[in-house]
Amino acid sequence: MPAKELSPIQIYQLLPGTNCKECGETNCMAFAAKLVNREATLQECTPLLDPKYTDNYNKLWALLKPAVKAVEVGLGDNAITLGGEYVLYRHEFTYVNPTAIAIDVSDEMPDEEFEARIKVADGFEYLYIGMKLTLDMVAIRSSSNDPAKFEAAVRKAAGLTEKPLVLCALDPSVMEQGLAAVGDRRPLIYAATKDNWKEMADLALMYNCPLVASAPFDLNALKSIAMTLSEYGVKDIVLDPGTQWEDGVAATLDNFTILRWNSINEEEEYLGFPLMGAPIAAWAEKAEDPLINEWNEAVLSAALITRYSDIIVVHSVSGWALLPLVFLRQNLYTDPRKPVSVEAGVSTYGEPDEMSPVLLTTNFALTFYTVASDIESAKLDCYLVVVDSEGMSVESAVAGRKVTAESIAEALEEYKVGDLVKHRHLVIPGRSARLSGEIQELTGWKISVGPMDSSGIAKYLEEKWVPNPED
Amino acid sequence: MTEKKKETFPISFHLLEALAKFQEIELEDVELTFDELELRLSPGMVMGAPPSIPKPVAVKVKSLSLIDAEVGIPIQDYPGSVVEVRLGATKAEGGTRGRSIVIGGETAPAFYNFQVTLPHKPVIAMDVFDWPKVPLPKAVKMHFREVLEQPAEWARLCVEKFDAEMINVHFLTIDPLIEDAPPSAAVKIVDEVLQAVDVPLAIGGCGDPQKDLDVFTAIAEATAGERLLFGSVTLDMKIEETARIIKEHGHTVIAFTSMDVNKARELNRKLYDFLPKEDIIMDTTTAALGYGLDYAFTVMERCRLAALKGDPELNHPISSGSTNAWAAREAWMKMGPEWSPRELRGPIWETVTAQTLLLAGVDYFMMMHPASVKAVRTMIDSLMSGKKPSETSDWVSLKL
Repeated sequence: MPAKELSPIQIYQLLPGTNCKECGETNCMAFAAKLVNREATLQECTPLLDPKYTDNYNKLWALLKPAVKAVEVGLGDNAITLGGEYVLYRHEFTYVNPTAIAIDVSDEMPDEEFEARIKVADGFEYLYIGMKLTLDMVAIRSSSNDPAKFEAAVRKAAGLTEKPLVLCALDPSVMEQGLAAVGDRRPLIYAATKDNWKEMADLALMYNCPLVASAPFDLNALKSIAMTLSEYGVKDIVLDPGTQWEDGVAATLDNFTILRWNSINEEEEYLGFPLMGAPIAAWAEKAEDPLINEWNEAVLSAALITRYSDIIVVHSVSGWALLPLVFLRQNLYTDPRKPVSVEAGVSTYGEPDEMSPVLLTTNFALTFYTVASDIESAKLDCYLVVVDSEGMSVESAVAGRKVTAESIAEALEEYKVGDLVKHRHLVIPGRSARLSGEIQELTGWKISVGPMDSSGIAKYLEEKWVPNPED
Repeated sequence: MTEKKKETFPISFHLLEALAKFQEIELEDVELTFDELELRLSPGMVMGAPPSIPKPVAVKVKSLSLIDAEVGIPIQDYPGSVVEVRLGATKAEGGTRGRSIVIGGETAPAFYNFQVTLPHKPVIAMDVFDWPKVPLPKAVKMHFREVLEQPAEWARLCVEKFDAEMINVHFLTIDPLIEDAPPSAAVKIVDEVLQAVDVPLAIGGCGDPQKDLDVFTAIAEATAGERLLFGSVTLDMKIEETARIIKEHGHTVIAFTSMDVNKARELNRKLYDFLPKEDIIMDTTTAALGYGLDYAFTVMERCRLAALKGDPELNHPISSGSTNAWAAREAWMKMGPEWSPRELRGPIWETVTAQTLLLAGVDYFMMMHPASVKAVRTMIDSLMSGKKPSETSDWVSLKL
């Protein structure tokens, strides 16, 4: 049953009902609610593991398992999970495993380029509200179709990175050589087509690796391959319905949506596998300036991240093109039940004293975490007054009158900010500059207009913060 | 090997997957049989979890040919649909525009071409500001440096050089905290812009509820019949008065709320007392990629799905101020060489912000950077075509 329709009662009825608390919950109903929210796993219910409950366990597993199978690529600490999704629209529950981004290298690339690309895949890192945004995988293509070259390239890549690998070759004899080199790292095999599926399936079984079924723009053939592979014994399958730029974008997104819809709403088992997108297809026609290809690929990647892709293969290694992608998938795979706002009040950073700066921001979660993360990474000692803006950013809150001189004055009063410091200096965000006069009038605090962006707080305080207690 | 279980697919695999959780089950002794295939599975494969050091396992198989399969195309009858709103008016329609534009009318989620193609193309309007000191990022400013002092020329540049389908004139000078310019000054600018371009026009206020109402009133009267789009009416404005002015002079309005489905309903409901539905577009707030885009996306997607399910208070075209993408520091900030140039990082930020919301159901975009406008328009055109590619490219063998 689609995850969005599942109720705790349905789960509760199949639990042992002993209220034994071994799972850490006060009773079975509370545990059922946790299971429905996927905040607990069946294994935590120890009585249920008794063989007499085997039937119930199986029924529960069938109710709770994700509609899209979770497929692991790589091993141990370096493994990544593709798929494992429950819903079509993120507000119905949450998206679970963020779209994996695989960086392309080929077996005909000069060493220098090859190594530079893997370095990006490996070392890409951007700090965002206290999180590290990174890339996930390396895809090695056999553009030569030469088994020896492919093996050498695969071996080289494996030596350069611990990230999970995707081996891309449509000729099974080429793939076999690649697997001989890195088959023990559980790479993702790309791909089984209607022509080579049997040889590829044999390789996938022999090396116990996940396998992509590929049938560009032919959904019937794709399902046919996936079904046949399943029957053949390949369990970990990824589906590639084809990706194309320009004229093919509409059909590309249609296919991804049809597949995900059918796996979630129709519970179609053979379509319930992770989906692979290949924005690298945007390079099929080389533009005069490769920047155009990079741009198009980024745009296509973003569309595929929005429309259900569980893994994408991209060629560009430019930071400006990759950065929006890691942001987008982080955003869309955030739990939507997370509140928009944080609690208003005063936050303390470092070890502020009575002469430390007092800053101000709004309680929109993203605004607050951004400011907090900037203050923390600069290791500042200060107070941050968080005013209630009904969860809006500074700019929107000021424009929409959710934050006014009056509400700021009230906040200073309510949170007793005057008791924390001896001085009366308040630094307000650059985007609320227009309120400075009014606030000063209402509160008697000396208002300084801070930077437009909180990344400038450290520099601003260093240059401008010279409070005089006599002021 | 003895046969312990004889199951037909698909049940057996799921069963095994479930059973694998029980240590009591002897997985070594499990064998699966099929009509055409006999195959021995290693324990590792049945468990689904990779062993720490996998060894190649010889697989003995008989021949099996591809099984025929068909994928059903999920067709859905949605009980609700989005109203159509016409923006701008030609001479025949009582205005002076070269053409008017209809948006909305959806009967399925955005770009579900397999269900139904969109009845109308989403529209991109380019932003023009009446205040030369408006803080614009460098990457944007470089395109408009010559026209910052002249809104009419700015609008002309957008239409003639960047093919803007509509123009949004944002009045900032009217803000009591900026210049407190009188409504008459705004009317004059609108008149100049109407002279300079013949595309439909939208009017943006400064956010002060009373001043916006005063300015909207003056502009609405002076341009009766033009079907301008006024942005925006909010819950803290005098809703009745605003709505009456829009209706009386033949215009349309953006109902703006802050990322809250219920507030969006509430505002629409209040407007229905005074305005026909066909005069209302809703804007549930656009936040930048990385700074709340997830909330913006989901609120819009929920509104649209609710409308299609028949919610009578949310079935309006959706507007997005995708220009807000530039509030993200990553869109404009100078960063290390690995993230440069920012002249590309900024426009791609605006593009991805807008495109993501396009897929949530946005009908009307307010945008700023010419490259972003072009990219989103290209995407809209590709998606509208709904074509199936004639031949597919093989990316594995690409020589890049």
